[in-house]
Amino acid sequence: MKRRRLPSGWHLVLAPMSLVTVLPFVWMVLSSLMTQAELNRFPPPIWPDAVDLGGYQRVLEGSNFPRWFLNSVLVSGTIVVAQVVLCGMAGYAFARIRFVGSRLVLVLVIATALIPFQLTVIPTFLIFNKVGLTDTLGALIVPQLSSAVGIYLMTSFFQSFPKELEEAGRIDGCSRFAVFFRVVLPVAKPALAALAVITFITAWNDLFWPLVVINSEAKYTVQVGLTTFQGQHRADWPAVMAGTVLTTLPVLGVFLFGQRRFIQALTGAVKG
Amino acid sequence: MTSTATALSRASRHSTPPDRRRLADNITGWTFAGPATLIILGFSLVPMAWALALSFTDSDLMSPGRNVGLENYRALVADPVFHQALRNTALLLLLYLPASLAAGLAVAVLLNRKVRGIGFYRTCFLVPYVASATAAGLLMGYIFDRDFGLFNGLLVKLGLPAQGLLSSPSQAMLVLTVIFFWTRFGFSVVIYLAALQEISKEVVEAAAIDGAGRWATFRHVIVPSVRHMTVFLAVWGMIDVLQFFDLVMTTTKGGPANATVTIVYYVWQLAFTYFTAGYGAAVAYVLFVGTLVLIVAGMLLARRKGATR
Repeated sequence: MKRRRLPSGWHLVLAPMSLVTVLPFVWMVLSSLMTQAELNRFPPPIWPDAVDLGGYQRVLEGSNFPRWFLNSVLVSGTIVVAQVVLCGMAGYAFARIRFVGSRLVLVLVIATALIPFQLTVIPTFLIFNKVGLTDTLGALIVPQLSSAVGIYLMTSFFQSFPKELEEAGRIDGCSRFAVFFRVVLPVAKPALAALAVITFITAWNDLFWPLVVINSEAKYTVQVGLTTFQGQHRADWPAVMAGTVLTTLPVLGVFLFGQRRFIQALTGAVKG
Repeated sequence: MTSTATALSRASRHSTPPDRRRLADNITGWTFAGPATLIILGFSLVPMAWALALSFTDSDLMSPGRNVGLENYRALVADPVFHQALRNTALLLLLYLPASLAAGLAVAVLLNRKVRGIGFYRTCFLVPYVASATAAGLLMGYIFDRDFGLFNGLLVKLGLPAQGLLSSPSQAMLVLTVIFFWTRFGFSVVIYLAALQEISKEVVEAAAIDGAGRWATFRHVIVPSVRHMTVFLAVWGMIDVLQFFDLVMTTTKGGPANATVTIVYYVWQLAFTYFTAGYGAAVAYVLFVGTLVLIVAGMLLARRKGATR
């Protein structure tokens, strides 16, 4: 007979480690609820004396934060929808349809993942400058309408996807398009959701490109806005922390909600 | 049922002439894959070539600039800030990469057993990875602030001397490395954990029966079987480190005294704040070629090691 297992001793190692990892975020929330006077004390308090929502008020009313937030929602939302559709279609084609040049193009696409954005950023800026699209939300969206990682993920997903379903659809006389949209997409939902989660997190968190291509304050994304807000309100830490909390909530929500898909996408991209 | 379906589809395919079907496949294939590939290739290969051309000019971002030949590359050799950026990036790479691989594997091994709450721990380790570098930078920039930060506050409470941290030329890069490690190592945990879950129990048990201790099992069974993930994580980590920007931007802005300027931060400064885009492109190209050399060298090394095993 087996003895009942005691809780593993490894909790003694793992628990403090995970605490150290997460505590800064807990304190981020706590400090966003403090007053400026409290945070200007040294050493700073760990716990707020009383809940003070002044920081949230100052960042929401004293800056363009709601606008930046909306911009981020628009930009990331469009990117997610576009990538799910375009990368889904491309992945399906690479996995299923034999067409001229498909092998070569797929290899090229995956190889571009090795090109750092910092190398291409200056010409990319010049391209948008030429067509007069710098300082628009469109400039944030267009380069991210599809991604090498997305195509790679979807291709490897459809390669392991049973063929029978589509073939049944094709006998019913549906065109490839109809089969793709009516039969394949609904079944591919888990993979598409994984792609959506990973794309949203990347798009929402992007700082470099918006910083380069956006000038006017009204078109900032939340990440750029927050960075400049901190530059201008160095002393108002509760407001900066309140902005940080509000910026982190959407990704954290999507991550916690879609965690299984997110981890699938990360590990799937590696294994494939 | 499925077999009749395939049989039927085969029959229906034979009813259309093969040439027409091949043409149709080409058209649908390209309609499906065209838009996505066009965007990716258009925004990578074209700018890549353009950047090379730019690096031979004195472009100021607004006018095309004139051809200066290898002048930018020559200037780079003598540029002290570029040297500093190289040193800072190299330091980050040397400290971060081994640490994240070792810690990632260690934690993954701890998590890969029937411990309750694996999911909870894994979530905790991933939270900093998911949060934006902006948020992480602002938060940690505050925690590690010399004058008001929580970290120095704790040191003082413990009776230890307060440190210069992000305001100290000698400590700033180290503090940034710690922050970077904190935001990134959850990724290696998840990747290693996925690899560990693929190792069959029988192999580990067989090793135990053969009298291998825990350490020997780890050393001779686990480490070799996750080797392909180690290679991947090393390559990925290198790309990650060489693109280190957001945390610098939101904490030190390269200071104090260029102590935290990284290559990418320098590229950004050159092109978009000093408007020396041609020179910036040259720095970016050196970064790119350096990355490729490191990656290829790393992969060759991994392959050679794998062959001798």
